[in-house]
Amino acid sequence: MTCDLSRSLLHGYLDGELDPLRAEEFERHLESCSQCIAQLGEQESLRASLQSAQLYERAPAGLSTKIKRQIASAEAESDDQWSWVPIWRWIAVSAAIVVLVAVAYLGGQRILAGRSGVEQAELTEVIDAHVRSLQPGHLTDVASTDQHNVKPWFDGKLDYVPPVRDLAENGFPLVGGRLDVLNGRSVAALVYGRRKHFINVFVWPESGKESLIPATGTRNGYQWIYSRAHGMEFCAISDVSAADLHDLTELLQE
Amino acid sequence: MADVLESGERERFERLVMPHQDAAFNFARWLLRSRADAEDVTQEAMVRAYRFFRGFRGGDARAWLLQIVRNACYTWLEKNRAVDLTTEFDESIHQQHSGNSPEAAAVAANERDHLMRALESLPPRSREVLVLRELEGCSYKEIAAIASVPIGTVMSTLARARERLQQVLSRSTGRAAAGTPVRRDGGAL
Repeated sequence: MTCDLSRSLLHGYLDGELDPLRAEEFERHLESCSQCIAQLGEQESLRASLQSAQLYERAPAGLSTKIKRQIASAEAESDDQWSWVPIWRWIAVSAAIVVLVAVAYLGGQRILAGRSGVEQAELTEVIDAHVRSLQPGHLTDVASTDQHNVKPWFDGKLDYVPPVRDLAENGFPLVGGRLDVLNGRSVAALVYGRRKHFINVFVWPESGKESLIPATGTRNGYQWIYSRAHGMEFCAISDVSAADLHDLTELLQE
Repeated sequence: MADVLESGERERFERLVMPHQDAAFNFARWLLRSRADAEDVTQEAMVRAYRFFRGFRGGDARAWLLQIVRNACYTWLEKNRAVDLTTEFDESIHQQHSGNSPEAAAVAANERDHLMRALESLPPRSREVLVLRELEGCSYKEIAAIASVPIGTVMSTLARARERLQQVLSRSTGRAAAGTPVRRDGGAL
């Protein structure tokens, strides 16, 4: 039989992670529990041998140079696309932009209002879809934590394959999937849980034109993150933090 | 154009993140159980970290980087060695290391090798908390952030991992004492 504390608190104590009150409590317990004393001794010697064994392995000498080189070349690549443009062209381009802005401005609010109206509409659809999904019975068409149930469910309903993965071990358990309509086309909605909140991730193939959804923002208390990867557009929306949404999107795009 | 950071950003990255390169490599090496693979994955993860650097909201740069490294490692394992993710205890590690590699044979019978193999036989989720805690000296809070688990889970995961490690170590010592040749190098344990 093992003392229950030796399986839990003891490790917090060993690591100096208990608050003073609990540490004191545990020390009092130690006075009367031979099992915990023995276990603590064993754990201390295990730690000592782990630390004296020099298991830490440093990066090989050339790695840092390789990384810097790769970062530099990635940067140079994106710089190259623009560096061939001579200065006078930049001036011409800037002048053109100034003229365009002026025309748009002088042309009245209509043009700007039109664009931001569309922007609003596309974003509003995403938010509405999210809110609608939270109404009773609307969250999922296929409720399953198993990606192997959810993924095939989309077969034949969409002309693309959404990346469905259960991310429970990363703190985003898959809740299910749903078919939704955004901007007049059918899209996959993947539903994930985060503590007691739900996250909708809408996924659809890149349309080729500039999206009108801003990369991130908050409206009505809902936060969204929009991004593109591997030919797909992703829009994650929820009332969880932007950091959570960012993590989830990143995981889905791996 | 989106990937380009200001040159100041690059300098900031080299100052804040690059110094944790050893931590990144060590973590990857233990998760992947291979120096060569760890080198590739670390490089990939560092470049990825650079791309995401604008999303870094300040704070603990090491934990932030190790989180990216961890993701890269699990993705790599899923693609290349998915069996690692489902193996509860890797018995074969004992034989594998002592028999096959001349490098391992050279350092056989030494304490480091013995511990290394014990640690490597644990499932990745146990191994990672031990490496972060004992080798990298991370706090529970940092481990929670790196492994994306609640802080309360860290203590119980560590407890279980240490228990497992103890079992593996006592098992191999026990067998060697009983005269069963577990390891071909015949090292004294």
